[in-house]
Amino acid sequence: MSRKEASMEAQKAMLADYFRRLAAAPGERRPVVYTFVPGNLVELLAAFDVLPVYPEINALQSAMRQRSSGFIREAERAGHSEDVCSYVKCDLGMMMKGNVGPTGEKIPPPDLLLLSFTGCFTFLKWFELLREQYNCEVAMLHVPYQGDGVITQEMRDYVVRQLRNEVIPKLEKVSGRRFDEAKLQEHLSRSARAEEDLVHTFHAARRRPSPIDAYFGGVYYIAPIFTSFRGSEAACGYYSALRQEVDARLAAGEGPVTPEGTLAKERFRLVFEGPPNWTSFRDFWKIFYDEGAVAVASTYTRVGGLYDRGFRHDPSKPLETLADYCLGCYTNLSLPSRVDLIAEDIKTYGADGFVFHSVKSCNSFSAGQLHMLREVEAKTGVPGAFIESDLVDGRYYGHANIKNRVESYLQMLAARREGQEPPRAPEGSP
Amino acid sequence: MSDDLTDLVRDLERRFADLSLAHVTAWKAEAPGRKALGCMPVFCPREVLWAAGALPVFIRGGGDQLETIRGDAYYQSYICHLPRSTLELCLGGWLDALDGMLFPNTCDVIRNLSGLWSSVAPGRFSRFLDPPQTYDAPAAVGWWRGELSRLYLDVCAMTGTRPSDEALWASISAWEEPRGALAKLSRARAAQPWNLPADEVYLLRRAGDAMPPREFTRLVDCYLACAVARKARREDRIRVVLVGAFCEQPPLGLLRALERAGCYLVDDDLLLGAEDLVEPVDAVGDPLDALARAYLVKGAGSSVRYDEQRARGLELARRARSLHADGVVFAAPSFCDPALLDQPRLTRALDEAGVPYTAFKYSEDTGQFQSFREQAGTFSDSVKLWGRA
Repeated sequence: MSRKEASMEAQKAMLADYFRRLAAAPGERRPVVYTFVPGNLVELLAAFDVLPVYPEINALQSAMRQRSSGFIREAERAGHSEDVCSYVKCDLGMMMKGNVGPTGEKIPPPDLLLLSFTGCFTFLKWFELLREQYNCEVAMLHVPYQGDGVITQEMRDYVVRQLRNEVIPKLEKVSGRRFDEAKLQEHLSRSARAEEDLVHTFHAARRRPSPIDAYFGGVYYIAPIFTSFRGSEAACGYYSALRQEVDARLAAGEGPVTPEGTLAKERFRLVFEGPPNWTSFRDFWKIFYDEGAVAVASTYTRVGGLYDRGFRHDPSKPLETLADYCLGCYTNLSLPSRVDLIAEDIKTYGADGFVFHSVKSCNSFSAGQLHMLREVEAKTGVPGAFIESDLVDGRYYGHANIKNRVESYLQMLAARREGQEPPRAPEGSP
Repeated sequence: MSDDLTDLVRDLERRFADLSLAHVTAWKAEAPGRKALGCMPVFCPREVLWAAGALPVFIRGGGDQLETIRGDAYYQSYICHLPRSTLELCLGGWLDALDGMLFPNTCDVIRNLSGLWSSVAPGRFSRFLDPPQTYDAPAAVGWWRGELSRLYLDVCAMTGTRPSDEALWASISAWEEPRGALAKLSRARAAQPWNLPADEVYLLRRAGDAMPPREFTRLVDCYLACAVARKARREDRIRVVLVGAFCEQPPLGLLRALERAGCYLVDDDLLLGAEDLVEPVDAVGDPLDALARAYLVKGAGSSVRYDEQRARGLELARRARSLHADGVVFAAPSFCDPALLDQPRLTRALDEAGVPYTAFKYSEDTGQFQSFREQAGTFSDSVKLWGRA
């Protein structure tokens, strides 16, 4: 990357520091909890002074460092099917290879496996597999799915009861500390502060040109708040700095920063659905910024919470707010709710089009996406594109195929904008 | 085969082939106000539906009898086959006998199908069911009782039935009967698999997917009486347990191919949900509370239930031993995360217990069985040659 935003550098330093603290945790007798990103309870974990580990973050970090293929092969040699989620196989393969994390430091074994079962059925199977390897405490938090598109009081009560009866006692046991509600509230207050700044950042994409890329750039923006840093002063500092940085670009009328510098001209405004490909992240992004295409909104940046729709962690109702957070994550939404969200994004952010990136590994995202695409088109009158690859299994990323499809789609959008028919292939061409 | 048995099996085959659920339509026509609700695998609250005056009907896809065209347009190539053929059934009018659909939280594919359903079957009742995965018993029972109660009241409103504890208890009692009959069937099959071939047993159990409990119990009893009396010749085949078949069903031809290749299927986990409880519901207190507790503590294990006791592998090895099985055949639907992610754990447990196994994948519309037959035949030969478990 020729020019990195200061916030990106700060975020990179935060993550490196996190992995260092993780490596030092056993020596400092600091408990470690393995959990998942959607619906994570990081404020609660911080209230017990335990460190979280997110297996799917390890997997995607490994993929960005070109290490996931080896891990996946290792898991497949151990009997895991080529059909199943590559996040799971990457994580298991990493464990089989000594559990050395993406930064080269060893990730300590868990003192507690905390399964916040939110929005992805495979999480449950993943934890059953992890549990085979570790002789440690296990806590299971069942978060009901929003099948009817709403969070009911019964759902909230169910999650809160499990937090009280199951999760908190297990955390007390592994940490040797009593639950301190006031401490949790402090973390939740800081979360809400950072969430305000994050929302300000994403809302900036309403302006033309958008000063941010809300998908490829967005994954950097969400990393601290979706993982270990929500509720910390470091996160507050990061999001405050990010907000200033984005405001400065807004004032200067600048576009987003890409790996090859600031985007000179915004030609297309797109909404993205689905997680990115991590093995070829830069190449994948380049396909879009080479054409002047900017992501003005994305659903992936909501897997850790729908802050832009008004959710904030509320310190006055500490356990209820954690329940609402778990229940409200994007992957816990029904298909009609997801369609509505994308359609509203297209209008709110003035998008020219939308792209569904469907990944083989993730049924939670992918099953039903073809239908969703048609529904969004019908609701908005805006045509969508559909491309396929995978999360961390490079075998399923076909660059030329994706590039060809994206370029054709953008040509069609351009022709449509100018009131023309899409370009046709010359007669006699294959 | 006796004439009675021939007729019975022929009738079972007719039912199996009838994708339009004519027998459900006929049942509804027998009395005004009757309704039928479809339910995707692998869990159906049958007692609740039946008490509310609705016939529970498991929907397990179109199998290899249906050409899936429109359903394919909804899914990418890496999604299992079951939701495609289920959509095909719906879009083709094959499910018109049903007054609604239930979608248990079996996996992300069925979960998302619940959201898609409102578009393909607008105006029809549909409900997503989220059985508890936590073993925090008070929280889980409270949650699940509430969900069952909501469903019960809504279906009662649909059928015009007055909700009552008496009706619920009567239904709970009624559904104990087929569970007992199926347990008898399982014992008979394990004892004399040559008299109870896998395809017949499958067709019989499949008939129970859409039949009133008492009628199904009579059918099982009738089949058992005929089958045990048939005195078929015992052949030199190995005894196997078939595992991982899960919610997408294998074609009938695949089951036949396995038996013809030299295996007696003495047990399987096909048709999950039919035998949902391992013990009867405790008939005390509030009926919905009793059902919620039964699900939690007496519910049968499967790939989609959190395995708190870490027991699934040991349980499979124990089951194979207790049935004097010579081996285990893993048959999982392609792209089925729950079934396929379980396999390495289960095979590890079998390795430790010294139980031989083989594994393959299928889809419900698999049309060629030769490779399965060869694999099962080789497995059978190797077990015979190099020793039994």
